[in-house]
Amino acid sequence: MTSAVKEKMSGVFAGHKNAKKDALIPILQETQACFGYLPDEAMREIATFLKTTPGAVFGVASFYAMFRFRPTAKQRITVCRGTACHVRGGPRILEEVENVLKIKDGQMTADGEYSIEEAACFGSCALAPVMVINERVYGRMTPVKVREILGKKG
Amino acid sequence: MITLNINGEQVQANEGDTILEAAKKANISVPHLCYMEGLENYGGCGLCVVEVEGERNPTRACVREVAPGMKVLTNTSKVRAIRKTVVELLLSNHPQDCFTCVRNQNCQLLDAASELGVRSLRLNNIVEKRDLDTTSVSITRDPNKCILCSRCIRMCNDVQKVGAIDFSNRGFELEVCTFGGEGLGKSECVNCGQCIHVCPVGAIYERSAINDVWAAIDDPNKHVVVQEAPAVRAALGEELGLPPGTLVAGKMHAALKKLGFDTVFDTNFSADLTIMEEGSELVKRITTGGVLPMFTSCCPGWIKFIEEFYPDLLPHLSSCKSPQQMFGALAKTYFPRVANLKPENIVSVSIMPCTAKKFEAQRPEMNASGYRDVDYVLTTRELAAMIRQAGIDLASLPDVQAEELMGSYTGAATIFGVTGGVMEAALRSAYKLITGTELENIDLVPLRGMKGIRTAKVKVGDLEVNVAVAHGLGNARELMDEVRAGKSPYHFIEIMACPGGCVGGGGQPIGYDMAIRATRGEALYKEDKSLPARRSHQNPAVQKLYKDYLEKPLGEKSHHLLHTKYTPRDAEITGTK
Repeated sequence: MTSAVKEKMSGVFAGHKNAKKDALIPILQETQACFGYLPDEAMREIATFLKTTPGAVFGVASFYAMFRFRPTAKQRITVCRGTACHVRGGPRILEEVENVLKIKDGQMTADGEYSIEEAACFGSCALAPVMVINERVYGRMTPVKVREILGKKG
Repeated sequence: MITLNINGEQVQANEGDTILEAAKKANISVPHLCYMEGLENYGGCGLCVVEVEGERNPTRACVREVAPGMKVLTNTSKVRAIRKTVVELLLSNHPQDCFTCVRNQNCQLLDAASELGVRSLRLNNIVEKRDLDTTSVSITRDPNKCILCSRCIRMCNDVQKVGAIDFSNRGFELEVCTFGGEGLGKSECVNCGQCIHVCPVGAIYERSAINDVWAAIDDPNKHVVVQEAPAVRAALGEELGLPPGTLVAGKMHAALKKLGFDTVFDTNFSADLTIMEEGSELVKRITTGGVLPMFTSCCPGWIKFIEEFYPDLLPHLSSCKSPQQMFGALAKTYFPRVANLKPENIVSVSIMPCTAKKFEAQRPEMNASGYRDVDYVLTTRELAAMIRQAGIDLASLPDVQAEELMGSYTGAATIFGVTGGVMEAALRSAYKLITGTELENIDLVPLRGMKGIRTAKVKVGDLEVNVAVAHGLGNARELMDEVRAGKSPYHFIEIMACPGGCVGGGGQPIGYDMAIRATRGEALYKEDKSLPARRSHQNPAVQKLYKDYLEKPLGEKSHHLLHTKYTPRDAEITGTK
């Protein structure tokens, strides 16, 4: 185990003294918040900490779509493809994002700065079409706004 | 006691029994796939549905507990229809290569389809092609054939307490895999192969060496030498249709000769040799303050287990190699010298009840002879397959003895194959080593039987030797945790990874029936009683080996050829699921 991972994990575990197995999901969430994803080493540390097997930890983590096993981009761009967004030009927004970043949906830029994903519906239909970057929601998107926002972040 | 009614019959059951267990007691059999005696109930497959009076929906008999006055029907048209549908659903997602499947004579899915009268498939067959896991030299996994019954997971986590495999993902993506999906060969899997015994279908099986061995036998330039573990002779007959527990030592040797092996020796020879070395090592540790308790080291599943999970306790392990590997080292040094052969032309094959032995033979350090000490390992099942392929009728063969040079053995050697046997053999000789006189009553019955952990105190001269025996890695953990905590009172501990010992090894006839494993063990105790010499130090071939070649136990030659070092691995797990 590298000491960097061990150190960060002891920080996470400090908030879960005497934890039992039902603390697994909160611990996984905090670990992902720490690293941006779930490194193998961290999952093994969690298994030791909760006195269970790495297989069991991986089994729970892989069940949920929100847990990632590879590093994510610094700016994760998610374009909504729900019904309201679609009807109000969602696909054109996706196209513009792909044009500006020069990658396709599902890919990450070589420098690890940006990635593009689609989501089924954010529930912000009144703001359609919607684009989300990490936690921040951008509503009433237009191709011009795409260039502005990404230009600012570029 | 609870009284319930099953199919119109009054049935007595204990509180906490499931309907399926209660029905079994009354000789009523409920179809099932994921249920297995000895494993925790899972209730996943849905085959065991039964109807309970007063309830609208059928219930799963393997997880539903009985209640007083319950009225159960196990054979209504509704449950027959549901069971057929369950099987059709499983088959719709299952590869249709029964003709070439390794388990086509012994497949519980095929049995279920047959017994339930499934005569047509209403669903299209959709199988997403997944890669085979061939990362392990011992065991191959085929996730396409897996029916997700979780028996292998329950065996690995709950019985063996290794936890190398578990479910991951969900829905259509659900699969059984190792941590991160990296494969058995890159995981903490110890290769014990117990998962093979509980798999109802052909999703897990051993890596086959059959073609390699045929090629060696067919090669006129190669001299193929073969050794067979004790547990094989207690199960080879069973694998070929004879009753469980039939001892076929002589016929096994005869069959090997007929298959074309050039020299037929016997691992029991090197089991006696192991006792000489290990007994001397134990006495040395006891009398010179060495690390105690000492652990046996003949089981490669156990060795990988301690390397993964208890690397801090490695100094306790005997430095002796296993009988297979001691034999291998001598097969390419001592044997060619006596037989006037070139070691590079010798192919060393072993027949083992074990899948972990395939891993052991490939361990980098197992080349003390200057060549790979054991080239190929065949399981009992693989040998039986070769015998069938050759059209040999085992039962009709005469009894043949293995060649004496490395094939003579005592009764102490043959009991190596059953839990407690190594310990008993070791004590029979340690007694002579320590006191200079023979132990008269050599049937050490307290060490025998199928109880998970057995202990005994044996008076050896002035010394009281405190010993423990465990089989199944879950039981091994108990003893290891005790040693780690500094609380272990023993001098010597025998561990066998597989429940029952080697007679229940990953390469034996398929099944997790402890009664059958015990019967195989009984066959070995019977052979022990029938042999003229029953103490390892009385083996004339072993005496000759020391006189002509090794000089003495723990001597320099022994040290080089017959002893080994271990490799801590990085699992770092202190708990279980």
